[in-house]
Amino acid sequence: MDRQIKRLGIALGLCFLALFAQVNYIQFWQADRINDEPINQRQEQRSFNSPRGDIVSADGVLLATSEENRGGFAFRRLYPEGALFGGVTGYYSFNLGSTGVESTYEEDLSGSNPEISLSRLSDLFSEHENFGNVQLSLSAAVQRVATEQLGEREGSVVALDPRTGAIDAMVSFPSVDPGPLATNNQDSIDIKTLLDADPEKPLLFRAYREIFFPGSTFKVVTASGAVERNQVRDNYANATTFDIQFSDRDLGNFNGGECGGNLVQIMQVSCNTAFAQMGVDLGSANLAGAANAYGFNDEIPIDLPNPAVSVIPETFPTDQGNGPLARASIGQGDVQASPLQMALVAAGVAHGGSVMTPHVMARITDQDGEEIRSFEDTEWRRALSADANTVVHDAMVATAEGGSAEGLLIPGMTVGGKTGTAQLGGDGPPRSHAWIIGFAGPEGGEATVAVAVIVQGQPGTDQTGGAVAAPIAKAVMEAVLAERGSR
Amino acid sequence: MIERLRRNAELTLLLMGMAVFGGAYALASLGRSASVPANIGPFLAFVVGLFVLAHLAVRRLAPGADGTLLPLGGLLNGIGYVFIARIEPDLASKQALWTAVGILAFIATLYFVKRPRDLERYRYSALLIGIGLIMLPLVPVLGNEVNGARIWIQAGPLNFQPGEVAKMALVVFFAAYLVEKRELLALPSWPKSRPILPDPKHLGPVMVAWGVAMVVIMAEKDLGTALLFFTLFMVMLWVSTGKARFLVVGFSLFALGALFAFSQFAHVQQRIDSWINPWADPNGPGGFQILRGWFSMADGGIGGRGLGLGLNNIPEAENDFIFAVIGEELGLLGTTAVIVAFLLIVGSGLRIALSQTGSFEKLLATGLTTLFGVQAFIILGGVTRLLPLTGVVLPFVSYGGSALLVNYIQLALLIRLSDDAHTRVQRRARRAPIPAAATP
Repeated sequence: MDRQIKRLGIALGLCFLALFAQVNYIQFWQADRINDEPINQRQEQRSFNSPRGDIVSADGVLLATSEENRGGFAFRRLYPEGALFGGVTGYYSFNLGSTGVESTYEEDLSGSNPEISLSRLSDLFSEHENFGNVQLSLSAAVQRVATEQLGEREGSVVALDPRTGAIDAMVSFPSVDPGPLATNNQDSIDIKTLLDADPEKPLLFRAYREIFFPGSTFKVVTASGAVERNQVRDNYANATTFDIQFSDRDLGNFNGGECGGNLVQIMQVSCNTAFAQMGVDLGSANLAGAANAYGFNDEIPIDLPNPAVSVIPETFPTDQGNGPLARASIGQGDVQASPLQMALVAAGVAHGGSVMTPHVMARITDQDGEEIRSFEDTEWRRALSADANTVVHDAMVATAEGGSAEGLLIPGMTVGGKTGTAQLGGDGPPRSHAWIIGFAGPEGGEATVAVAVIVQGQPGTDQTGGAVAAPIAKAVMEAVLAERGSR
Repeated sequence: MIERLRRNAELTLLLMGMAVFGGAYALASLGRSASVPANIGPFLAFVVGLFVLAHLAVRRLAPGADGTLLPLGGLLNGIGYVFIARIEPDLASKQALWTAVGILAFIATLYFVKRPRDLERYRYSALLIGIGLIMLPLVPVLGNEVNGARIWIQAGPLNFQPGEVAKMALVVFFAAYLVEKRELLALPSWPKSRPILPDPKHLGPVMVAWGVAMVVIMAEKDLGTALLFFTLFMVMLWVSTGKARFLVVGFSLFALGALFAFSQFAHVQQRIDSWINPWADPNGPGGFQILRGWFSMADGGIGGRGLGLGLNNIPEAENDFIFAVIGEELGLLGTTAVIVAFLLIVGSGLRIALSQTGSFEKLLATGLTTLFGVQAFIILGGVTRLLPLTGVVLPFVSYGGSALLVNYIQLALLIRLSDDAHTRVQRRARRAPIPAAATP
């Protein structure tokens, strides 16, 4: 029996050796990989038990902070400004995950970024929780103006600095207070369920996550393509309709008017027939090329999660004649853009044809307020050559000074703009999105603010971009200019 | 002389184990609530007193026994207690009470079982007790189903797992019966044309005992215990007869049985599925627990998160998954320590088995040691995903009164066996003539 007992000892020894190998595998060799598995939520669970950095606006207003909590997790997240910055900061919730800045700058806010966790040598030796604070480029004052101006109308406002891409304001209505979603208990899940069921989709921050027909604001893109490729006619014939092939429904001008002329003239009155002609002259590849140069068909590299991709087809079906291309040229049909994308179109024209990478973060600071890093401005797209840009720029300025975008004019400033009234198809009474895009800056100098405003689904046909959206855009631009002190 | 050395070593080791326990207990409380428990002084004195009492009992009743077993048991019990108090503070006082009961049972076993050979006479009583206890939870009023396994009985406020006691009773029966029949069993005589197995009539009672246990365990849906019984039985059969073909035949039969169970029972299927690929259903009942265990152990890394500083979010953490929490808070160092402690228990136990002169004692020591070793391996393998997860408790460490009680009795029997062998050697040495070379 002794031989068997010795063998049994060897066998059990081997079993425990295998066990030892397995714990080494789990706790040493593969520990990092297991810790990084997507379904492994331990890092998040731990971070809910540690303090987290603040989010503050450019003008120093506290937007998100962590408060010590009794019961449950050690900390909970508070959003003192409520819905005002709801879409931008997003929420930080154990049950629901995180969105917005809370998600993009997770590593900085939680302090897992080595730049922050090792920012001070002495911290290596002391029990000191490290986390970073995020300062946004958005200003609470401007944000407030935009929110008040938009009121309780579904829509969005985006304002940014065309020279840097730093966003000054970004609001949508409806908007959601992230506080209740960050309570870490069942309530947050119930509220989320309720909000998800809401047909107005309040949780979808439409300023950059939803796309709409851009309407006539897209004519800036059509014009850019034509000017860049030298395909602008000296004179577009006066017309009331543009003939659409294989269809009785020809494309008409606003209120059935007659228009034509040179680029400035057709821009000023937003002449559908002329721009339809311009788009058909360009061809689908060139029109899509001009839009892509502003960032269409690509994800905008903004530092917020899940931006919507603005779309325009690269080719149009040939069996439907010129209709789809003509409609796309005036921002209808197959073209859809996010408010942020249209703001980037205005910003590109305002900044010599160069579209800067848009961003909401200005700088990351440590607990002592020392800057750890700031956002590095980069050009995202070269939309237009300098010469072509001058032409388009001046046409937009002319449209603000003596055209449909007159509502944007700020005395003593050089202002450019383009309105849009995108008709929505479907049955029932006619409805339309009222749009405007524009820019403003000191007289004769470079524009320091670009803006896009959409007020969605306005009833009737007289709620145009010029009437509805222009006053909002003007007020927001004035607020930004006041903030810049360049007035 | 050697007795005193062994006992002093035992006391030193025991006090070292108690120091580890006391320190860990204070640290875990500090980590969890930043304060030392209010009654830590009297409590530690009580626990140290208990183990010193057990030590004194060994000193008096089994002075020549191996000196490592009691400290190892005490250390594992202490670590287990620290983690139970840390995971579920409400259970701590119960576990402390059961520890006291276990140590009293330990002393009582040493006192009443003076000669291990006496147990041999009670083989059929042991069989009856074993089978009866295993079947007890199936009695309608008494039985209590917890987490899908019907292995509990409830009597008033007490929950008891009779299967734990049955394990030991069956080890005694197997050892006694196999020793009696091992010559016959080692002789192939069936089938007559090409004999490979012993005559079924010799194997009969063992097979019946084993078969009843298996069927009942299957009915109680306790896969871990079934695996444990089967392995124990095969190992004892093999060790007693010395015929490896029993292992081959036995494990082939087991493979067939496992295949059958896999195709027939949903709960078996689910265990296997979540063993092979827990990611397939990470929120399902099986995969969830296994992945949580892995995640928490990986999170612990080499040094652990610190006592009382883990997340403590694994279901059944105080029972089957206590090892994962140890891995989280004490890291690879802690898990290695636990594995090594069990390895040392197995080593000591098998050394005791080798030192026995009687066949019954040899087999009994082997069986008791195998019970410790295999049970630890089944649950540790399950938690680390080396084996499919089948719920058995980790000896000495997991929460559970009946298991702890039986573990201490097991330990006492091994110590008794060790002392018995030692006494025999001493007696023989005394009786032997003094070698001529030793005289001047």
